[in-house]
Amino acid sequence: MATRGFTGRRRETDPRLPPGQYDTGRDWPVLTAEVTPNLRPETWTMSVDGLVERPSTWTWDEMHALPQSRYEGDIHCVTTWSMLGTSFEGVSVDLLLEAAGVRPEAAFVLATSTTGYTTNLPLADVTGGKAWVAWSHEGRPLTPDHGGPVRLLVPHLYFWKSAKWVTRLTLLDHDVQGFWERNGYHDRGDPWTEQRYQGD
Amino acid sequence: MTDALFAPAAGPSTGPVGGWRHARVLSADHPHPAAVRLRLDVPDRVDHVPGQHYVVRLTADDGYRAQRSYSVASAPSDPAVELWVDRLPDGEVSGFLADEVRAGDTLEVRGPVGGWFVWDGSGPALAVGGGSGVVPLVAMLRHAQDLGVRERLRLAVAARTRTLLPYADELLAAGALVALSREDAAGRAAGRLGADDLRTLVGPGPAFVCGSAGFAGAASRLLVELGVDEGAVRVERFGPTG
Repeated sequence: MATRGFTGRRRETDPRLPPGQYDTGRDWPVLTAEVTPNLRPETWTMSVDGLVERPSTWTWDEMHALPQSRYEGDIHCVTTWSMLGTSFEGVSVDLLLEAAGVRPEAAFVLATSTTGYTTNLPLADVTGGKAWVAWSHEGRPLTPDHGGPVRLLVPHLYFWKSAKWVTRLTLLDHDVQGFWERNGYHDRGDPWTEQRYQGD
Repeated sequence: MTDALFAPAAGPSTGPVGGWRHARVLSADHPHPAAVRLRLDVPDRVDHVPGQHYVVRLTADDGYRAQRSYSVASAPSDPAVELWVDRLPDGEVSGFLADEVRAGDTLEVRGPVGGWFVWDGSGPALAVGGGSGVVPLVAMLRHAQDLGVRERLRLAVAARTRTLLPYADELLAAGALVALSREDAAGRAAGRLGADDLRTLVGPGPAFVCGSAGFAGAASRLLVELGVDEGAVRVERFGPTG
């Protein structure tokens, strides 16, 4: 249905923009459902548990001692902004999963934050170089509002999947809905097929 | 850990029920030059829970689309869905809604959406809103009045001036604490919303905070400093999403 009188303003169609998204430029909006925690790196740990051979935990220093990697590309928020050509640095989730030894029956991941925030992902969406535990953005430490000091980064899915203040990945053989997913948002969240809400 | 996050979603429906609907614009008025109040007749409407939002989708003749989410201001009992939209600078969708839309138009909408920032009136709650962040709080207020439980909702709202506060008359008449940073209001001297304003409102139930990122961050920190449990604070931030 065409809307009477609407022509739209941003007509240049950047091929990096998924449907229904706009380029926010260098302005990174803050969207959080809870109080921003004051998370101290000294007490933060990252754990991988659930259906793994060796439930594992890393401290801040241990995480930083792992081989680092970098994501260069775009991020997409379900509230319709995208940030194009940005970068994050951290550790590939592949490294953590390899260290913990994923059991064959594992098919889903539930990410949990220090605040209790959760989000669910298919295992295939966090393996094969598609997901990171990130602590810097464009060379600078992540700020608390943007999940600092550390967040999950799954840039090919809507950004609520990239849990701020992540502290644990739990491997499961079935999908368990996280916070926004229980509140109406999609279980996978692929921006290219506009999987915004449950049922999309 | 904030156990509230693990609680089951509130309300009967959290995702949008069904798909896009063609809503008829019953009225589009401008209480303020940079804002529009839209009243929509939504066919096959599912009652919302105060705090939920609708998605509005605009489509150009060539198929180009833009969509944004807007909080509902009306109570579930209202036969229309009322949205208040502030026109943002360079806002592609808000500018169109504020400047172009008139009664009789058809808008594609989807909703209601949201199961976190919701209050059904069944228990006590605190709600703090800044600027257009008061819109979902107005739905809560109207619902509380419908149910005859106005006292369950402790309400504090803030803006720079009375003109810039959506639903200012209604909020003042309902006895909300109104903090204006640049004007005196209802016996309160001009100044930003602060601990002295909120101290007497802190109490049982969830604390809803809605506004810009800056407002929401400051207000939620203030509440935690006043002893509100972090897990009780539910934040809705308005990003610059056009």
